[in-house]
Amino acid sequence: MIFDIPIQAFLGQLLIGLINGSFYAMLSLGLAIIFGLLRVINFAHGAQYMMGAFAGYLLLATFGIGYWPALILAPLIVGLASAVIERLMLSRLYNLDHLYGLLFTFGLALVIEGTFRYYYGSSGQPYAVPSALAGGYNLGFMFLPKYRGWVVLASLLVCLGTWLLIEKTKLGSYLRAATENPTLVRAFGINVPLLLTFTYGLGAGLAGLAGILAAPVYQVSPLMGSNLIIVVFAVVVVGGMGSILGAVITGYLLGLLEGLTKVFYPEASNIVIFVVMAIVLLIRPAGLMGKEA
Amino acid sequence: MMRSAIAVAVLIAGTGSASAAEISDGKVKIGILNDQSGVYADFGGKWSFEAAKMAAEDFGGKVLGAPIEVITADHQNKPDIASNIARQWYDREQVDSIMELTTSSVALAVQGISKEKKKIDLVTGAATAELTGKQCSPYGFHWAYDTHALAVGTGGALVSQGGDNWYFLTADYAFGYSLEEQTSKFVKSKGGKVLGSVRHPLSNTDYSSFLLQAQSSGAEVIGLANAGLDTSNAIKQAAEFGIVAGGQRLAALLFTLAEVHGLGLESAQGLTLTESFYWNRDDKSREFGRRFFERTGRMPNMIHAGTYSGVLQYLKAIEKAGTDATEPVAKAMHEMPVDDFFANGARVGANGRLISDVYLMEVKKPDESKEPWDYYKVLATVPGAEAYLDPAESGCELVK
Repeated sequence: MIFDIPIQAFLGQLLIGLINGSFYAMLSLGLAIIFGLLRVINFAHGAQYMMGAFAGYLLLATFGIGYWPALILAPLIVGLASAVIERLMLSRLYNLDHLYGLLFTFGLALVIEGTFRYYYGSSGQPYAVPSALAGGYNLGFMFLPKYRGWVVLASLLVCLGTWLLIEKTKLGSYLRAATENPTLVRAFGINVPLLLTFTYGLGAGLAGLAGILAAPVYQVSPLMGSNLIIVVFAVVVVGGMGSILGAVITGYLLGLLEGLTKVFYPEASNIVIFVVMAIVLLIRPAGLMGKEA
Repeated sequence: MMRSAIAVAVLIAGTGSASAAEISDGKVKIGILNDQSGVYADFGGKWSFEAAKMAAEDFGGKVLGAPIEVITADHQNKPDIASNIARQWYDREQVDSIMELTTSSVALAVQGISKEKKKIDLVTGAATAELTGKQCSPYGFHWAYDTHALAVGTGGALVSQGGDNWYFLTADYAFGYSLEEQTSKFVKSKGGKVLGSVRHPLSNTDYSSFLLQAQSSGAEVIGLANAGLDTSNAIKQAAEFGIVAGGQRLAALLFTLAEVHGLGLESAQGLTLTESFYWNRDDKSREFGRRFFERTGRMPNMIHAGTYSGVLQYLKAIEKAGTDATEPVAKAMHEMPVDDFFANGARVGANGRLISDVYLMEVKKPDESKEPWDYYKVLATVPGAEAYLDPAESGCELVK
């Protein structure tokens, strides 16, 4: 027993926290990449997450394409659609204050959500867990649905893969260089605008991937992104704006913290992350792993 | 969020003789005020507006020779926004009555304003029994359902099937408390026990930790005292964590056809729930359901059907009173029986409560459903007098 809570319940909540942290980590990863390289605060991230879930649902409902192909296709669709938006609209705002990018993506999110709500209503659409991952394991202290285990695994792989892509590959080095000094990188003959488009598409695609992973767990609903986006922003701020590693680690940590809060004082579970954010901002304004600006 | 309230005015009968002296401003104007963009947008939403327009059209588009106009606005589940719209409608736009009013906090606020301005309000979308209890109004009416009916219907059914030990997952606001309290009271009065409860924030997305607590409580029944998307997510995740498979039962205390449709039969099958209307129950309800479907592409739940019935009854009352003045119309509404596809010879209590039957339903298994939207088996009919509080015991001071 810890503070009157049976140890089983405690372990269960930790595991649940880890699962939720996986979603936070994946979403904040995309946000951090976009902010780090484009200096755009992407408020449309929640909408892109929702689009990923809807892409999965629509692929199944219209073309009969199941979960596994959708896991590849949905992020591609969201990434491509977002790349087009970046090219046509967002790229025109890079020379202006960051606020314009924020306002644009915020407006975009409202338009996308409003459109989906108009056609699909607010109560959501069903999306079943793929049969290979139905059921679960009895761990003794809790029942772990196979699908949730898969989400943790997938999220770890995605985070690791993205980190490797950015830190260890040639493309990643271009990306990092373009962040530091775009003019110089362009002088070496690298197409910087194309890199930025790719980056935005990548970040949005990650949101789309989180969306399709979330589809069997939550209702596929136009509102699913807006419920999550504020928390994810808090995660990114705590981790340090633009810090990829910070976003991932903070995502998992805050998921765990939220899980624990749900045991000890459930009413506070939706504000605990913001309390942490406020404290971090007071002590380390650049975030836990952010560079001092 | 500066989503401005959208007010869509639809003139149903454009050219009416405006000379009907008994009708103020030459027309009867009904406002449908509810959530059209948030978690309850399918529960009531713009579909209730369609139902109200259908009622006005079916009535002939005119009452006492004056045209009927139905307008609507989105209150975003915020009592302050709703109050502003209500005042504007009454003061400047000659609205004669406001209806639907999803979300309990909003309904209580607007009923207060209507009482002060001596206007009729008819609630179909909100749950709290307070509307016809301590906060009742001589011009306020409550159709379709309330927290008491839900507690008696779903709560009663599960207790009588042997679900004695309950644990609640409760939405952390007025509606959730009220539903939990009424259901607890009912469960205890039948000899059951409440083992505990956990409160979750409104519009929560992940219920796994709350469900785990409910699971480890060992309760036979997990009562979901929440609504809309919150309930859908909780049910979906309960299936994932093997709660139902483990022998515990879920009681979705407020769950309607719209949410069952969103959740899908695969996840919703076997749920017990209470509604005062099911489109596939008899010929009359099927006839209305199909007409509604032609207009909207979806079948109505009790909120939509109730809104139709409420609008129709209001128009009949104006006709009977020979005027649209509030006092005589309210008097007629209290006196006239309600006789339509929704309620059969039901009466309205002195506290404004429509005492009509409610139905206990079970959600069908996917292979039992013969056509789209064929979702329920009707398990039992709960007579209105059992489902609703006796007006004399409701705490409403209008009842002597």
